[in-house]
Amino acid sequence: MRTIFYIVQKEFLQVFRNRMMLPIIFVIPVVQLLILSYAVTFEIKNINLYVVDNDNTVSSRSLLEHFRSSPFYHITGQGTNSRLGMEYLQKGKAHQMVVLLPGFEKNLVTGAPARVQVINDAINGSAAALMNAYTMSIISDYNKTIITRVLPAAASPMNVCWSFWFNPELDYKTYMVPGILVLLVTIIGMFLAGMNVVREKEIGTIEQINVTPIRKYQFIAGKLIPFWIIALFELAIGLLAARLIFDIPLLGNIFLIFFIASVYLLVVMGIGLFLSTITNTQQQSMFLAWFVLVIFILMSGLFTPVESMPQWARSLNVVNPIAYFIAMIRMVMLKGSGFQHVSDKLGLLFIYGIAMLSLAVWRYRKTT
Amino acid sequence: MNNAETAIEAKDMVKRFGSFIANDHLTFSVYKGEIFGFLGANGAGKTTAIRILCGLSKPTSGEIRVAGFNVFTETEKIKKHIGYMSQRFSLYEDLTVFENFRFYGGIYGMSRSAIREKTSEMLGKLGITELRNTIIASLPLGIRQKLAFSVAIMHTPEIVFLDEPTGGVDPITRRQFWTMIYEAAASGITVFVTTHYMDEAEYCNRVSIMVDGRIEALDTPAKLKARYEAASMNDVFIKLARNTIEK
Amino acid sequence: MKRFVIKEFLHIFRDIRSMVILFGMPLVQVLLFGYAITNEVKDVHVSVVDPSHDQVTTAIQQRLFASGYFLQGEVLYSQGEIEESFRKGRNKMVVVFDDNFAQKLERREIPSIQLIADASDPNTANLLVNYANGIIAGYNQSMAVSAGGPVIVPEIRMMYNPALKGVFMFVPGIITILLMLVSAMMTSISIAREKELGTMEVLLVSPLKPLHIIAGKVMPYVLLSFINAISILILSHFVFGVPVNGSLALLLAESMLFIVLALSLGIFISTVSNNQQTAMMLSMFALMLPTILLSGFIFPVENMPVVLQWLSAVMPPRWFILIIKSIMLKGTGLAYFWKETIILIVMTLVFILASVKKFKIRLA
Repeated sequence: MRTIFYIVQKEFLQVFRNRMMLPIIFVIPVVQLLILSYAVTFEIKNINLYVVDNDNTVSSRSLLEHFRSSPFYHITGQGTNSRLGMEYLQKGKAHQMVVLLPGFEKNLVTGAPARVQVINDAINGSAAALMNAYTMSIISDYNKTIITRVLPAAASPMNVCWSFWFNPELDYKTYMVPGILVLLVTIIGMFLAGMNVVREKEIGTIEQINVTPIRKYQFIAGKLIPFWIIALFELAIGLLAARLIFDIPLLGNIFLIFFIASVYLLVVMGIGLFLSTITNTQQQSMFLAWFVLVIFILMSGLFTPVESMPQWARSLNVVNPIAYFIAMIRMVMLKGSGFQHVSDKLGLLFIYGIAMLSLAVWRYRKTT
Repeated sequence: MNNAETAIEAKDMVKRFGSFIANDHLTFSVYKGEIFGFLGANGAGKTTAIRILCGLSKPTSGEIRVAGFNVFTETEKIKKHIGYMSQRFSLYEDLTVFENFRFYGGIYGMSRSAIREKTSEMLGKLGITELRNTIIASLPLGIRQKLAFSVAIMHTPEIVFLDEPTGGVDPITRRQFWTMIYEAAASGITVFVTTHYMDEAEYCNRVSIMVDGRIEALDTPAKLKARYEAASMNDVFIKLARNTIEK
Repeated sequence: MKRFVIKEFLHIFRDIRSMVILFGMPLVQVLLFGYAITNEVKDVHVSVVDPSHDQVTTAIQQRLFASGYFLQGEVLYSQGEIEESFRKGRNKMVVVFDDNFAQKLERREIPSIQLIADASDPNTANLLVNYANGIIAGYNQSMAVSAGGPVIVPEIRMMYNPALKGVFMFVPGIITILLMLVSAMMTSISIAREKELGTMEVLLVSPLKPLHIIAGKVMPYVLLSFINAISILILSHFVFGVPVNGSLALLLAESMLFIVLALSLGIFISTVSNNQQTAMMLSMFALMLPTILLSGFIFPVENMPVVLQWLSAVMPPRWFILIIKSIMLKGTGLAYFWKETIILIVMTLVFILASVKKFKIRLA
């Protein structure tokens, strides 16, 4: 135990003495949290729209007025030539073009289908789908108003209302902030501990340690604990920022969050330390860690819903610690889930952590 | 000396890296309390041998005991009884002098007060008590080497292994360094030192000279000089190296 | 000089693990994005509370579950069970019908349908409610049409990506991230490594000029990045059918420009950091997260707050992603993005000048 303490003490000294590392560990992540949380939103607020009105009647103008008055649309151009609108799309000045063909009003009156062309820039497929859905609802609202005028009996036969639970304002930050917290904690946990060991290999001090009677588990524990504490501290700062600045609700128990994070860190740091035992330079270990991390992040459901992944990809997430952590932290913070709701996942994570750390201890070689 | 107990016993020690034989059947004993010089040109296999004896590297074959323990099966027991100063720099440059002492002392299980006493004693001997809280990176190479040696023996090991301890330092510092080695030996620590400075061999009780992975000669400096009819150890080495090439 | 470049090449290529990762990573990422990761919503578990169970509610349910967005989730019998089901994460949305739905409809009492979504993931929640609402509106409209009302028929065209494939969006992003990673991050670390191990001093006292040293260090990474970019293009084209509608030569030229930009950024980072860990953390926090999050790779820039839009304007990847999307998907030429190209050139010059200045100060 005392041996571990001396390593921990040494690591802290080294971290706190590195003038560049300190702000990188403690300031940049918080800044990132602040900035990035605002950036990550799928909400569509400004649809740049180009409108072409070739009918120019009361009805066509009235439909376009619906777009104009919607807060989601920003009319960037208007004309009678759809080729100009295409130019706008191509330059990226417009995301969508709505074209009303001649005879729009006449068709409505005669009961023939009145056609409206909606052309979307669909490079971002999901944004295009959402944008299109907004446009469809504007068109169908307008349609409803004219149906009401002509055929009062057919209008609004039922009432659809909706409510959003756990996040009634649909505040995207509420969703992303816990995710970004996970990311920051992960980067600190996975990279710092692992790279630290490789650094000792590179500068040669590890020989001096390997020639002492230190036990392998003591060495790994000594490298684990400092960064474990730093990462938890980081989480505390992040949670505080989330609470004070973003007013993110914390429905569940804060101690449960820290408990989950502690277990989670065992896994990522175990992975980082294991990678450090199979690499010789910091560059290599960083490569490997980065590779693993990118895949874990992308698959984790942090940015994209896990539900939309195919089954095989979801099965792969069994070994993805980030997926567990993100799911749990969101459950606890946003839905107020308790220990009984997360205990399965937490148990698995704990076993995983012990396995990774044992692997790291086993693979660490004092003798070559 | 002949009847003294041995600190290190090596019989037919072999280390291969693929087809390359770094240590070719080395056989030697080091007696307790002596200063044993392990000489050879760069690349002769000295560092390989010292790493095996310290338990950092597994030998391919041989019968080797250090401080009474087998290097194949009892490396961790060996590590309790030895100190090691590597060729590469072994102190943390971003820590202070005391922090380095405290760290290594702590790993060897020394008590807090023992660490403090030992540090002030050793710094006092070196006459650099005032540097106790200085960052290593800001110290000159000579002082760092002396500190690295002090750290290697602060837990009073039975044997201390020094791998090229005087590499790159000036002659005056080298002289001072050897004074420290003598003091350590006088206090009962067996010193196993590798070097390629042949003049340093004169300071050792006995020396072995390695050429291309083999021990070509092993005796006291005086006897070696007599046998090879040489004025200095340097001449002994040159004659040995020439013999090997002719063979 | 030539020897030096060869040494750097050997240094990198001899390390098989790094090679596997360098070339394997882009492939794995493209495959993952192509097959697994998508922000489309489909097959989401939705459950229904339907106390009336008549022909209208059944018809609406059929429409909902035939849409492909929803899968029948856990069966719930009352409103009270909803919260627990959300908390366990079993459902994402619950559709609650009024009782005696069809009867109320006949009596013109306007029955209601409640869509309750688990908005702890607001994006999915919003999409789900929108889709469900649209489907119900479609049902109503079809009823109105059969009653003989006037009807507007929208004709929808999805330009550049008719199947709304996520890969189209992600491929430009992955190319950018990889070029950034390999060029900027690896260069900064490899130079910081020489500094940390003290070998930089050795190189600096050698007859090689500092400029040559830097050039020698970055050359292998230029090649690596280029090979990577090409392998991603080939893979995304042949496996996922992502087109290159514009000029391939122009695409490669712009990529080269971006590689040089990333390299100069990497050199700049290495001049300001004192060891590899610092260089790595700097690249990680200052480059990777902004590259992913502020560049429009996943999240559209237009939706960000104005301040962040400004911030994103100084992120090189933002402009590069715009350029390659234009070339690959829209098939446009330089006339459409000469401004973006000039921005990239200016950024490159700024980083090179800043590093040279920093480097000189260190030497003096």
